[in-house]
Amino acid sequence: MTEPRQDADPGGLAIDVEDLTVAYGEAPVLWDVDLQVPQGVLCAIVGPNGAGKSTLIKSILGLVTPAAGRILIEGRPYDDVRLMVGYVPQRGSVDWDFPTTVLDVVMMGRYGTLGWFRRPGRNERRLSMQALEQVGMDHLSSRHISELSGGQQQRVFIARALVQDAQVYLMDEPLQGVDAQTEKAIIELLRDFRAKGKTVICVHHDLQTVPEYFEWVMLLNVKRIASGPVGEVFTDENLRLTYGGGLAAAAPGRRDTAEGII
Amino acid sequence: MSQYQAEIILVGVIVAIACALPGVFLVLRRMALMSDAITHTVLLGIVIAFFVVEDLSSPLLIAGAAVVGLGTVWLVEAVHRTRLVAEDAAIGLTFPLLFSIAIILISRYAGDVHLDTDAVLLGEIALAPQRRFIVSGWDLGPQAAWMMGTILVVNLVFIRTFFKELKLTTFDPALAAALGFSPVVVHYALMGLVSVTAVGAFDAVGSILVVALMVGPPATGYLMTNDLRRMMMYSAGMATLAAISGYWVAHFLDVSIAGSMAGAVGLFFTVVLVFAPERGIVAVARRHTRQRWEFAQTMLTGHLLNHEGTPEETHESRVDHIEHVLGWAPAFRDGVISRAERDGLIVQVDRTLRLTPTGHTHAAKVLIPAAGGTRLEP
Amino acid sequence: MFDFGDYTLRVVAAGSAILGITSGVLGSFAVLRKQSLLGDAISHAALPGVALAYLLTSSKSPLVLVLGAALAGWLGTLSVRSIVKRSRIKQDTALGLVMSVFFGVGLVLLTYIQRLPDASKAGLNTFLFGQAAAMLGRDVATMFVLGSLAVLAVVVFWKEFKLLSFDPAFAASMGFPVQLLEVLLTTLLVVAIAIGLQAVGVVLMSALVVAPAAAARQWTDRLGIMVILAAAFGAASGVTGAAVSSSVEHLPTGPTIVLVASVIVALSFAFAPGRGLVARTILQRRSNRRFRLEAEG
Repeated sequence: MTEPRQDADPGGLAIDVEDLTVAYGEAPVLWDVDLQVPQGVLCAIVGPNGAGKSTLIKSILGLVTPAAGRILIEGRPYDDVRLMVGYVPQRGSVDWDFPTTVLDVVMMGRYGTLGWFRRPGRNERRLSMQALEQVGMDHLSSRHISELSGGQQQRVFIARALVQDAQVYLMDEPLQGVDAQTEKAIIELLRDFRAKGKTVICVHHDLQTVPEYFEWVMLLNVKRIASGPVGEVFTDENLRLTYGGGLAAAAPGRRDTAEGII
Repeated sequence: MSQYQAEIILVGVIVAIACALPGVFLVLRRMALMSDAITHTVLLGIVIAFFVVEDLSSPLLIAGAAVVGLGTVWLVEAVHRTRLVAEDAAIGLTFPLLFSIAIILISRYAGDVHLDTDAVLLGEIALAPQRRFIVSGWDLGPQAAWMMGTILVVNLVFIRTFFKELKLTTFDPALAAALGFSPVVVHYALMGLVSVTAVGAFDAVGSILVVALMVGPPATGYLMTNDLRRMMMYSAGMATLAAISGYWVAHFLDVSIAGSMAGAVGLFFTVVLVFAPERGIVAVARRHTRQRWEFAQTMLTGHLLNHEGTPEETHESRVDHIEHVLGWAPAFRDGVISRAERDGLIVQVDRTLRLTPTGHTHAAKVLIPAAGGTRLEP
Repeated sequence: MFDFGDYTLRVVAAGSAILGITSGVLGSFAVLRKQSLLGDAISHAALPGVALAYLLTSSKSPLVLVLGAALAGWLGTLSVRSIVKRSRIKQDTALGLVMSVFFGVGLVLLTYIQRLPDASKAGLNTFLFGQAAAMLGRDVATMFVLGSLAVLAVVVFWKEFKLLSFDPAFAASMGFPVQLLEVLLTTLLVVAIAIGLQAVGVVLMSALVVAPAAAARQWTDRLGIMVILAAAFGAASGVTGAAVSSSVEHLPTGPTIVLVASVIVALSFAFAPGRGLVARTILQRRSNRRFRLEAEG
C-alpha cells in the first residue's frame, strides 16, 4: 500500500467536508458543518458531549448517512479511497472478552486490503508483528485481548491502524483513559505519521494538551464554531462559544424557543 | 353462547388480565424473556411438589412452582455473575436445563402424574369448566376461574400497594436505592408474582401462551401511551380482547384455543404497530415526510445564514451551488426552494437566494443554541 | 433384526452429530454476538412453517419441512428486527412476542392438521420435543447437505464473520457490507436450527445453539478453536442424547440432549483451565496466600 502516496494531490486537502448535516430522527446532530484539513497535520476535534464529534468521524467514514453535504477525502469520494483511510474506533466499542489474540486483532487491519475470501498469510503476520513492535507490544502478541490493560488495548488499536497503512487516519478518542506513558507513546506514533505526510484527525477531550499535541484544531458544537491552525483558532473566545456561556447570555430567551421546535 | 363457552371465555379473560399486569413491568424493565424462562421452569416446581404431596390440586404445587421460579431468576443471575457468559446466554443456558429435567420426569412417570408434555405447552383451557368449585353442595363455577381470580386479585393488590416502588425501581433503580427502596426486594417480589401467575395460568393456556399474554398486551399498550397507568389499562383491555376473539376464532375453526389467543395477541399488536395514532408506522412515515420538507427548509435557511456576511456569501447562496453542497437532487431542491419562498423565508433574485427577515429568525432559532452549547439531541 | 437396529442407531447418531456440529458452529457466532436468545425465537417461530409446509404440499419430505421451518424462522427474525427498528419496543420484548405468537399460530395449524382425515399427518407432533428415533436415512441426507452448506459458508466467510462479530464498525469502515453479512450469518443460524428441529424439537433447540458454544468458550481464547470445540460438544451432546433416549423408553430426545449439553457446560464452567471456577478459586487462594506472606514477611 504505497501507491496512494503517489495519487495524493500534494499540498491539497486531506479532508474536505462541505455543509454536512446529519440528523438522528428529528434533531440535527451536525448542522451545516464545513471542515478543511490540509495534508500532513495532526488535527483535534474538540467540543462538549453530544456535540457530534463521533458522528462527524463516522460520517466521513461513511458509517452514517448524512441528510445533506459533501465529503471528499484526498479530493475524492470515500468509496474511491477506502483503503487510504484508517479508523480507530472508541476502545469501549468492542467486546474485549472476544476469543482472539493481540496479533489477530492487529491483522484485522489488513482485511480491507485483502478483500473478500483471502486469508491473512505470512506477509500480514510480518507486517502486524512490525506494527506491534512499533507500539511496544510485540512481547504480548500471542496474549488474549482480555489480559490487556486499557492503555495496552489502545496500543493494539493503534497497531491495527498502522498495518492499514492509510493516508488519512480518523481516531475516536485514542487517548481516552490511557496511562501517561501510553499517551506519550501514542503521540510519538502520531508524530511519526505526520512526518510521513499522513494526516491524523482525533476526537480529543483534554483541552489542555491540544496546543502541545496538535497543530490543527476544529471546535465543534453541532455546528462548526471554528477550525484552523491551533494558534489562530484555539482562542478563549472560540472555546466559550463552543462550550457555552457567552452567546447564550447575549441572546436570552432564544434557547427555549429553539428547543421547542426541535 | 352456552354456559360452557361463557365459562371458558371467563377463565381466558381472567388469565389474560392476570398475566398482562405483571407483564407491563417485565416489558418496561427489559426482562420480557424472564417470563419465557419462568413459565418453562415453574413446571419443575410443580413436578417436584407433586412427588412430595402426591396431589395435583394441592396449593403446595403453586408454592413449589413459585420457589423454582425465583430459583430460576437467582440461577440466571448466578451464572451471569461468574462472568463466564453474557446475560442472554445465562438465560439461554438455565431454563432449557430446568425445563428438560421437568419434561424427563413427567415422561418417565407419566402414568403417575396427570400431566402430559403436550398439555404443558398447549394448555387445556377447554377442560377448565369440567373441574368445578363446589362448596357444601353449591356449584360456584370452574375452579380455574376462582384460582386465577385469586391470583389476579393478588396481582392487583400488590401493584396498587407498591405502585410507587415499582415505578421508581423500574425507571430509576439508582434513585430508588438511594431513597431506601431496595430494587432487589422489589425485583424478587415481582418475579415471585410472575412465577405464581405463570403456574396458575399455564394449567389453562400452556406455557408459551403465558409468554404471549405477559409480553404481547403490554407491548401493545407501550405503543399507545407514555403513561404507566394508562399502559396497564390498555394492556388489560388488549388482553381481554385477545382472549375473547381468540376463543371465537378457535371455536369456528375448531383449533387450539391457546394458540388462537396467542395469534390474536400478535394480530392486535401488529395492527397497533402499524396504525397507532402517534407511534404507528404509518403515522411516523407521514410525519417523516412532512418533517423532511420542513427540515430541508430549515437546512436551507441555516446554510444561508451560516454564510451570511462572509466573503463566500454570493457563491454559497447560488441555487446551483446549493444543489451541489447539500447533495439534493434538482427536483427536491426546487421543491424546497419553492416551499421556502411560499412560506416567506427566502427570496430569489437571479438564481441567488436571500433570507427574508422571517427566514432569518427561523434560521437563527436553530443556530443560536447550537453555538451556545445547548445539546440539541433529545 | 440386529442389523436393522444397528442401522437405525447409525442413522440417528449420524443425524444427531450433523445437527450438533452445525448448531455448535453457528451458535458460537450467536453467543459471541450476544444473540443467544435469537435462537429461541427462531426455533419457536419455525413451528408454523413446518405445519404450513405440510398443509400446502401434503408431503413430509424432510427438505420441504426443513425449508418451511427455515422460512418461518427467517420471517421471525425479520419481524424481530423490524419491530425493534420501527418502534420503541426493545429487543427482549420483540423476541418474546414473536416466539410466542408464531408458536401459537403453529399450534393453531397443528390442531387444524390433526382434524384432517389423512393418516400421513402423524409425526408432526414430534416437532415439539423432538424424536431422534424417527429420523430416516433421507432426513439425515437432507441434514447433511444443508448442514455442510452452512458450515462451508462459515469457512468461506471466516475472516468476514470474525471481523463482523468483533468490530462491526471497523468492518464497515473498510467497506465490507456489514448488513449483508449480518443477514447471511443469521440465515445460516436459521438453517442450523431448522435441521435440528425434528430431532430436538422447537422448544429446546435453542439450548443446542447456546450450550456447546458457551462451554467451548471456556476452554480457549481463539475463535477457531472455540468453533471446532463447540462443534465437537454439539456433536457429543447430540449423539449421546439421541442414543440414550432411543434406548430408554419414555425418554424424549430433546430434553435428553439438552441435559447432556448442560453437563458439558457445567464441567466446562467448573474445570476449564484459566477461566474455570476451580482454576480461578485456586489462583485467588494462591495470590491471597502470597499477599499474606508478603505482608507478614
